[in-house]
Amino acid sequence: MMPPTPTAAPVPRPTFQLDDHQVPFTPGQTVIQAALAAGIYIPHLCHHPDFAPHGSCKVCTCRINGRMATSCTFPAAEGLQVESEAPEVQALRRDLVQFLFTEGNHFCPSCEQSGDCKLQAVAYDLGLLTGHYNPLFPDRPVDASHSDVLLDTNRCILCELCVRASATMDGKSIFALSGRGITKHLVVNAESGRLGDTILAVTDKAMSVCPVGALIRKRQGFRVPIGQRTYDAAPIREIAVQGAATAPGTGGQTP
Amino acid sequence: MKRGLSEVLAGNAYDPTRLVQILRGMMELEGYISPSVITEIAAALDLPRSAVEGVAGFYSFFETEPRGRYRVHFSDNITDELQGSVELRQRLLDAFHLELGEVSRDGRLSVKLTSCTGMCDQGPAMLVNGRPIARLTPARIGAICSLIRGGSPVDQWPENLFTVDTHLERADRLLSTPIPPGAAIDAALARGAAETLAVVRRSELRGRGGAGFGTGQKWTACAAAPGPDRYVVCNADEGEPGTFKDRVLLMHHADALIEGMTVAGLAIGARKGFIYLRAEYPFLKPTLEATLAARRAAGLLGKDIRGQRGFDFDVDLHMGAGAYVCGEETALLESLEGRRGIPRNRPPYPVTHGYLGRPTVVNNVETLIATAQIALFGDEWFRTLGTPRSAGTRVLSVSGDVARPGIYEYPFGVTVSQVLADAGAERTQAVQVSGPSGTLLARKEFGRRIAFEDVPSAGAFMVFDESRDMVRVVDNFARFFAHESCGFCTPCRVGTTLVKQMMGHLVAGQGSRRHLKDLARVSKVMKQTSQCGLGGTAGNPILDGLEKFEPAFYGRLPSLEVRPVFDLDASLAPAREATGRDDAGAHLDPERG
Repeated sequence: MMPPTPTAAPVPRPTFQLDDHQVPFTPGQTVIQAALAAGIYIPHLCHHPDFAPHGSCKVCTCRINGRMATSCTFPAAEGLQVESEAPEVQALRRDLVQFLFTEGNHFCPSCEQSGDCKLQAVAYDLGLLTGHYNPLFPDRPVDASHSDVLLDTNRCILCELCVRASATMDGKSIFALSGRGITKHLVVNAESGRLGDTILAVTDKAMSVCPVGALIRKRQGFRVPIGQRTYDAAPIREIAVQGAATAPGTGGQTP
Repeated sequence: MKRGLSEVLAGNAYDPTRLVQILRGMMELEGYISPSVITEIAAALDLPRSAVEGVAGFYSFFETEPRGRYRVHFSDNITDELQGSVELRQRLLDAFHLELGEVSRDGRLSVKLTSCTGMCDQGPAMLVNGRPIARLTPARIGAICSLIRGGSPVDQWPENLFTVDTHLERADRLLSTPIPPGAAIDAALARGAAETLAVVRRSELRGRGGAGFGTGQKWTACAAAPGPDRYVVCNADEGEPGTFKDRVLLMHHADALIEGMTVAGLAIGARKGFIYLRAEYPFLKPTLEATLAARRAAGLLGKDIRGQRGFDFDVDLHMGAGAYVCGEETALLESLEGRRGIPRNRPPYPVTHGYLGRPTVVNNVETLIATAQIALFGDEWFRTLGTPRSAGTRVLSVSGDVARPGIYEYPFGVTVSQVLADAGAERTQAVQVSGPSGTLLARKEFGRRIAFEDVPSAGAFMVFDESRDMVRVVDNFARFFAHESCGFCTPCRVGTTLVKQMMGHLVAGQGSRRHLKDLARVSKVMKQTSQCGLGGTAGNPILDGLEKFEPAFYGRLPSLEVRPVFDLDASLAPAREATGRDDAGAHLDPERG
């Protein structure tokens, strides 16, 4: 937001309006990419700077030129009017995050990911106090067959980040989705259906992108005490923006 | 390799885009798709096994566990319900001591529900091993029970069980203007591609699949998009409950449809077309294949069509496998490429990035037939019928509480009450126009018109008389959307299930005012934030129902006070069943109040 240094002929970057800010962008960026690069947080879960826009969680929904749209898939354009913090927009996000809590089995106090969990952190950011809807309490499996990794699908929010990371970065396609609707679920690349029979390595990118506690490293439990974890230090609203400002690829083009 | 699998793979040229067709082939051979078959298909097509498993798990008519040798799916549209499907279903289940969803112990029979099978004018209906049987009666169910007991293959069952009737009650211009094969192509060739595009634009034809986008604009944008290949796709995945007009059009007007596709091919410069036919209509496959073969033989498809050098165009038939969401054009394209039917992010739109990322026109059956007529008779002829913003006619599928269910074609602008009168509807309390995703109209709105500028319609017109319980109607639609949500986005995946759950509480007499409030709230979240039209419209029947039939919804509340959803006495039912007791002493609170 600072003016460019006056050595070369200044080429003003195009901008759009996001709440009270004028956000500069590079053509090819989406609204959320430009916003995060400019230090403005828009709540999100399935968006990740290293991956192509996905648009499934819908938590980054904004009112763009009067209509609700996902800011992670919407191409930034000159003169867009984007409302992110409007009460109606925030209310929709609260419902969507409540839907996610309702859908899975999320018991934060007993979860190893508590404090590092984006779902939990976004819920705090949105000021959620309850799940509001009757929990569905689905019957979902836990797979401990892998020597280094625990897969607990009770906590999976179906963001497909592990699916995308394993396919595009690890080149392994360990994860995929099967079923549909409310029965949609994660499957692994083995006839037995067991993670231990796949070639997943604990060092895979797929292991580092899970926003919740569905993919957990074994033998690391509570190494960092509750109270000293990522979102104990600062709210996600601040941390996501620090991360986005320095992460590679954030300011660049996406396919 | 599993017996038969290599033939199925070879028959599909080991082409990964034909994965849905390959899995269909294995269903026909084995009745289910086993884990080892998934592994073998993945290896043969060089796909990740997990991806093949994902596709096998997506479509309703794929089974990944052994099912009965006879797989029965009862059509679960509200019109089937009104025609007595629940009782007939129970009769079949009782005959084999079976519960819904189970496989009989001898592996003979399994029974499930499926969404509307497009037989609303001759329901109730079912599918047996994929083949539809309409006009079910207690006698027909009895005959089916005997055939299943006798163990004869479905192919050898009496043909009269499988006949599908055509109830053409009112034909207007589209249905009564035949096109001599090749005539529309000749007219388009004489005019040239650019002028053909212009004629379709000037006709102001709007897509008949529901969204109403200008067909001429779509074709023009596709023709202008850069790329070496272009495609024409006919969306024949007629899945909207209450719609069956495409079934009739495909049965009796296949020639005109393919003529329209060929005209589109000429106009946009495509050499290849696809018809994506819903799985519920397998009986149309021979008709369509015969029509395609005849047209190839007559030089109306293939190379140098009508002797025009370089004008090559041909059409492939692809079958669906049970997924309403594939009626959404980008989900359809995903399915056509052999994947899970998940709607894509837009932009880009199919006109620039469609099938295999190439410029593609996706049009409804009725739209393409209309374009053939426009090519032959011109845009002015077409515009003489209809309203200012809705040119031409609309083919309606009329079902429910009417004396004469069937196909009714009218110029756009016809009033709802006119259709009701023509179909012989009496004491009508509501009409669901355009299916569950459309508009629920109450009596005071029957003066409204079927047109894009008033009540748009994708063709369905379901009628409910005063004896019907509108809460049950809405409950049926809620179950439909929950069954058909693809699950990609949070609002639709979770929202449709929450709505189904709350409607279930309401129907069971366990609803509260909070449920009514939350039904509206969830519906609005789905409407505003969903990925595609399925989630975007899934709340329509709820919001319409709550607004227009509020007393019926409030009448379902046992009390205006807060009541727990958890019913202690009902939760003891398994214990009562186990002990064989159902006397007063086995109930926690016999008064239940």
